[in-house]
Amino acid sequence: MTDQDFEMTPAAGNGLMERRGFLRAGLAGGIAMLVAAPATADRPAWTKTPGTAMNGYGSPSRFETDVQRVGIGSLPGTVGTGASRTPLEQLSGTITPSGLHFERHHNGIPDIDPDRHQLIIHGLVERPLSFSLETLARYPMTSRIQFLECSGNSGALLAPTPAKRTCSQLHGLIAASEWTGVPLGVLLDEAGVKPEARWLVAEGADAAMMSRSVPLSKAFDDALIALYQNGERIRPSNGYPMRLFLPGWEGNMSVKWLHRIKVTSTPAMTKDETSKYSDLQPDGTAKLFTFPMGVKSVITNPSGGLHMSKPGLYQITGLAWSGAGRINRVEVSADGGKSWATAALEEPVLTKNLTRFRTAWRWNGAPATLMSRAVDEHGSQQPTRDSLIAERSRGFFYHYNAIQAWRITRSGEVENVYA
Amino acid sequence: MFTPDRWLGTAFCFIVCTSAATGTWAGEGPSLGVELSVDEVAAVDITVMPDGEGLPAGSGNAKAGTSVYVANCMACHGEKGVGGVNDTLVGGHGTLTSDRPQKTIGSYWPYATTLFDYVRRAMPYQTPGSLENNELYAVTAYLLHLNGIIEEDKILNAETLPEIEMPNRDNFVWAYSP
Repeated sequence: MTDQDFEMTPAAGNGLMERRGFLRAGLAGGIAMLVAAPATADRPAWTKTPGTAMNGYGSPSRFETDVQRVGIGSLPGTVGTGASRTPLEQLSGTITPSGLHFERHHNGIPDIDPDRHQLIIHGLVERPLSFSLETLARYPMTSRIQFLECSGNSGALLAPTPAKRTCSQLHGLIAASEWTGVPLGVLLDEAGVKPEARWLVAEGADAAMMSRSVPLSKAFDDALIALYQNGERIRPSNGYPMRLFLPGWEGNMSVKWLHRIKVTSTPAMTKDETSKYSDLQPDGTAKLFTFPMGVKSVITNPSGGLHMSKPGLYQITGLAWSGAGRINRVEVSADGGKSWATAALEEPVLTKNLTRFRTAWRWNGAPATLMSRAVDEHGSQQPTRDSLIAERSRGFFYHYNAIQAWRITRSGEVENVYA
Repeated sequence: MFTPDRWLGTAFCFIVCTSAATGTWAGEGPSLGVELSVDEVAAVDITVMPDGEGLPAGSGNAKAGTSVYVANCMACHGEKGVGGVNDTLVGGHGTLTSDRPQKTIGSYWPYATTLFDYVRRAMPYQTPGSLENNELYAVTAYLLHLNGIIEEDKILNAETLPEIEMPNRDNFVWAYSP
């Protein structure tokens, strides 16, 4: 297979190709490989002996054991107060395997007996109610494929000099799952929300009893009491046996191990929503309740720490998302932002979910800088790092959604840069 | 609060799918929640609101809180709330507009009730939920005193704690209004 096999037209500078051309190229490549497959009597060993037996719960190939959550860190003197990150550059598609979904815990993962776990709804309601897991199983459920992103994701890119980190180390506090559960509005309706109610305060049954205030409007809009993740019961690291799921909003609010909801007229001003997840402005004021995650994209391949073996045709791929809705467009640059080509978006493009984008690139072997930028259905555009930082104070850590640049050196090393 | 129209807009798929399948549910649950008594709710409700709602009986001052802090908090947060391996709790006044803002209880937190609420639910780290109410009021008073917000002998209880005006309270603005 040579470059002459491809009839592609340039889409932007420094080798970005028109995307229909890439689809033709992919087809041609497949055919070429098919023809090249040797017919031989020397069968591989695994075709000459029976395979192993069935088993109760599958696991990845023994050759894939390096695919692990990364950047696992906990505060001094603790093991469960910190985060682990989704290995973005080792995955494809848009669904994150449950065992690789990022984690952010405040005092470890509780070992909850589902038979003793209750969800209590009280406060400004006509009838305070308690629901067992068994009870909730009889309620109408709905499924949504949507992302969850920690508000602190990508915050390391605020550092004055670019850290030599991988895509997942920098951006891995994001994942997408099929979440299945009971719409919270159904349960609130049963309890009978009083007219003066405006908020609810959600609390987890972990050792930190993590607590956040949530506007009641969100609860009735698209909030779920999620019981399943990717078809199976939510795993302990994601809130077993149930969690709050608030599509598109900062992950900290989707309280894991949910066991209590208090309906209130005002927010409780919990530790997390005041002292942590608030946004300090240059004038010393701070914004409370900056809930939605902004429009964002990142190229996952090629990305920091990966190696390009030689010049030639490559696929650039990555993920884009917006807490406000669907992704409308993703553009990719191979010349540090001088010119941009529109990337192909893989269907389905779902609201508040990860969208996979792909485009073709012929690397000529010279140093190059790759970037992606996304626009959502409301016209919100992903900002440049310079413009984001210009508007921020040094103490504004959360909601970093600026354009990521990856520099490819002449030897094919890929590294995080500011461009 | 939860009208049929609103339901239609928010969970349309559910209505279509389930009503077609069962012909019974139209966005309503089977009403299986078990009603709780006032006492049953009170036994689990630990939320403290900024106006003091939810604060329990009991009291304490900074003097009494010193020993609570030394025994339960100092290992991670350092002597007098500074220099520990985890969050610095004291100081940072006047740094919020600087290149190195220090967001401590005294320099940043808008409500004193938050401190009581958080310590009761999440601290001490190794044994959360182990402090008595008097100890919680006392250690809250100690941390507020270290930050220069109250006098050492000021008694904190359900009435006096929500009256405390935190220095940075007026610098918080809501980005969301219900």
